[in-house]
Amino acid sequence: MAQMNMVKALNLAMHEALSEDDNVVIMGEDVGQDEGVFRVTENLLMDFGKNRIIDTPLAEGAIVGTAVGMSLYGMKPVCEMQFSGFAYQAYHQIEGHVSRFHNRTRGRYRMSMVIRMPFGGGIRAIEHHSESREALYAHNPGLKMVICSSPRNARALLLESIRHPDPVIFFEPKASYRAFKEEVPDEPETMPIGKAQVVREGSDITIISYGAMMRPVLEAVDDLADEQGTSIEVIDLLTVSPIDTECLTNSVAKTGRAVVVHEGPRTCGVGAEVTARLVETCFFHLEAPVRRITGYDVHFPYFAREQAFLPNADRIKTAVRETLEV
Amino acid sequence: MYPIRDDRPVGTTKSAQAPARPGEIGSGRLVVRKLNRDRISDVPRKTIKVEHKLEYLQILDEKGNIDAAHDPKLNGDTLLSLHRLMLFTRLFDERMLALQRQGRIGTYAPVRGQEAVQIGTSFALKPGDWMVQSFREPGACFHRGWPVDKLMQFWGGYEEGCAVPERVNDTPIAVPVASQIPHVAGLAWAMKLKKTDHVALGFVGDGGTSEGDFHEALTFAGVFDLPAIFVITNNQWAISHPRTMQTRAKTLAQKAGGYGIDGIQVDGNDVLAVHTATVEAIAKARKGGGPTLIECVTYRLAMHTTADDPKKYRSEAEVKKWEKRDPLIRFDAYLRSKGILDDGMDEQVRTDIKTTIKAGIEKYEASRDVDPRDCFPYTYVEMTEELKTQAREFDLALEREGVSSGH
Ligand SMILES: Cc1ncc(C[n+]2csc(CCOP(=O)(O)OP(=O)(O)O)c2C)c(N)n1
Ligand SMILES: [Mg+2]
Repeated sequence: MAQMNMVKALNLAMHEALSEDDNVVIMGEDVGQDEGVFRVTENLLMDFGKNRIIDTPLAEGAIVGTAVGMSLYGMKPVCEMQFSGFAYQAYHQIEGHVSRFHNRTRGRYRMSMVIRMPFGGGIRAIEHHSESREALYAHNPGLKMVICSSPRNARALLLESIRHPDPVIFFEPKASYRAFKEEVPDEPETMPIGKAQVVREGSDITIISYGAMMRPVLEAVDDLADEQGTSIEVIDLLTVSPIDTECLTNSVAKTGRAVVVHEGPRTCGVGAEVTARLVETCFFHLEAPVRRITGYDVHFPYFAREQAFLPNADRIKTAVRETLEV
Repeated sequence: MYPIRDDRPVGTTKSAQAPARPGEIGSGRLVVRKLNRDRISDVPRKTIKVEHKLEYLQILDEKGNIDAAHDPKLNGDTLLSLHRLMLFTRLFDERMLALQRQGRIGTYAPVRGQEAVQIGTSFALKPGDWMVQSFREPGACFHRGWPVDKLMQFWGGYEEGCAVPERVNDTPIAVPVASQIPHVAGLAWAMKLKKTDHVALGFVGDGGTSEGDFHEALTFAGVFDLPAIFVITNNQWAISHPRTMQTRAKTLAQKAGGYGIDGIQVDGNDVLAVHTATVEAIAKARKGGGPTLIECVTYRLAMHTTADDPKKYRSEAEVKKWEKRDPLIRFDAYLRSKGILDDGMDEQVRTDIKTTIKAGIEKYEASRDVDPRDCFPYTYVEMTEELKTQAREFDLALEREGVSSGH
């Protein structure tokens, strides 16, 4: 066991994947000599060389497009989009080919690849560096959409994503990159894609969230336990597509109340999907309307306004209290 | 920087998890084949003549000397304006780095070394023309009439920094690399369709030339013969990627040939060369002569942004080499040799500039107490009912949290 932050944990997963399978290559902008703008690819170039850790020309469309070709030829590209805000330059490849090849060829070809990208706000970055657009990918059939939230699950999920036979869009909450450390096992560890995790057990209400929002959620949960003895169950979705409906249903059937928290916009967001599923699967157990604490349906503000904008523990606590009062 | 081995094979083992499938590399190494120039048919080949000339322009050498016969003979006021604008950009840049260190703005992308490119080009524009910036063109902005505090607002994290000043026909900072270049073609297209004699001029980096948007925009500009000027600020680096990583071609200017448009490479640290090339390109465009691609060869003397550490990927010696080619030193020497500039005048200009920048900082700092609720009203021309509801919810949250309105 070693204590490490999320950057180190992601780096470890890539190191393990590169070591166990030399079809794995890392490709992107500034991933080699510069070791990634967040240093997630630290030492990889040194350890695996230029044929495996590939600095590409500045063209996201071609990074993903060539990864499609590599994948067809039996390799396993792990593409880095420097920020999720620059993945749209590759979106035609992601939608048009990455997500479709398996279906289009009736299973003859797989698209085994990972497209990693940092997402979310909170680091005082300029425009296009703070958005949460996971819903775009979750809405896109053929893609798995994974979002880590802590060093340990980051390592386990990234390693699993690279081994996975389907294409995985892997979102890394950049506000959590260096925010805290956690014990990460020495032996390679994976977690299944498509499974949510109950990170706190409780009986009064369920909070469902993912990514960087897990931190204000847990802060709110601790506060409410101290202040008023509320027993809250917390679910970290980890995979937002496909959603682990069973985990959600089991919890909310028990608690009868739910609050969903995410940074991304509300309309057609992951919270909308979670809420719809709860209405479908545990309507008769619900004691109160499901609440959503989310980013608003506006462009993520430039950083002077971002702290006021981001959902925080206070807003989560208020939503929980109000939901308990119904 | 560390030495890198690149001799290791790829794909020699079968993927442990993925089942074997057609086309899988199972056995051999990935062999990089040499380009095979041997022809398999001896039928004589005809030659296609491609008419594409590529010029290189330098007027001032690195010491500021000029071949008197080729002096563009700009008048003294023009020369002093170019000097003032370049110096303004340099002093602004230095001040911004200080403000960043003091935490008064956020991450900043410095422009040191690239002043001649943006001043030499934008100076050739008329007010009705459009300037399309990327994110490293404060100098062009100043010439076009953007006040200092606007740029500070952008780097300080305020949308207000992108609220283009009245009477300025420019686009605000565009962060997604090269995404602004189709806008240059679109503006120029509208100018042509509306039969004005305006032109659109836009900036893109050496890295940006690899993006599809760059390619597609130049395709349109060529096909529709648009009054557009595309300026490549080739500062040799795209964060940690050297220019050679963006194309196998010897120059970026020669890409023009592929789109059937004119291209020229200029010494981007020679403001006279940059200006002359731009004046010619604009005059041609105004007369219906079509687009031009101008590659300005320069150097990013500072870090990519204040979050970047260039020591990881480039040598001090390279930076030192380019410091000797500093566009300001060169132009300064030229002006002094012509007797247009002396120590007293230089000092006077510096003092004026510093006063303007100081006033700008004060204005910026006075504008910082903004209302977070302002993220709502500009989303659409009219607020939707849904947004009104969400804005009320935001309002309540801020009230509970004791966040003042700022107004
Ligand atoms: C589409 C896109 N991809 C990646 C980035 C991140 N990024 C910002 S600047 C930059 C390098 C740009 O290099 P260049 O075009 O040469 O401009 P310069 O920074 O040298 O001015 C990169 C990769 C971005 N802003 N937009
Ligand atoms: Mg560059």
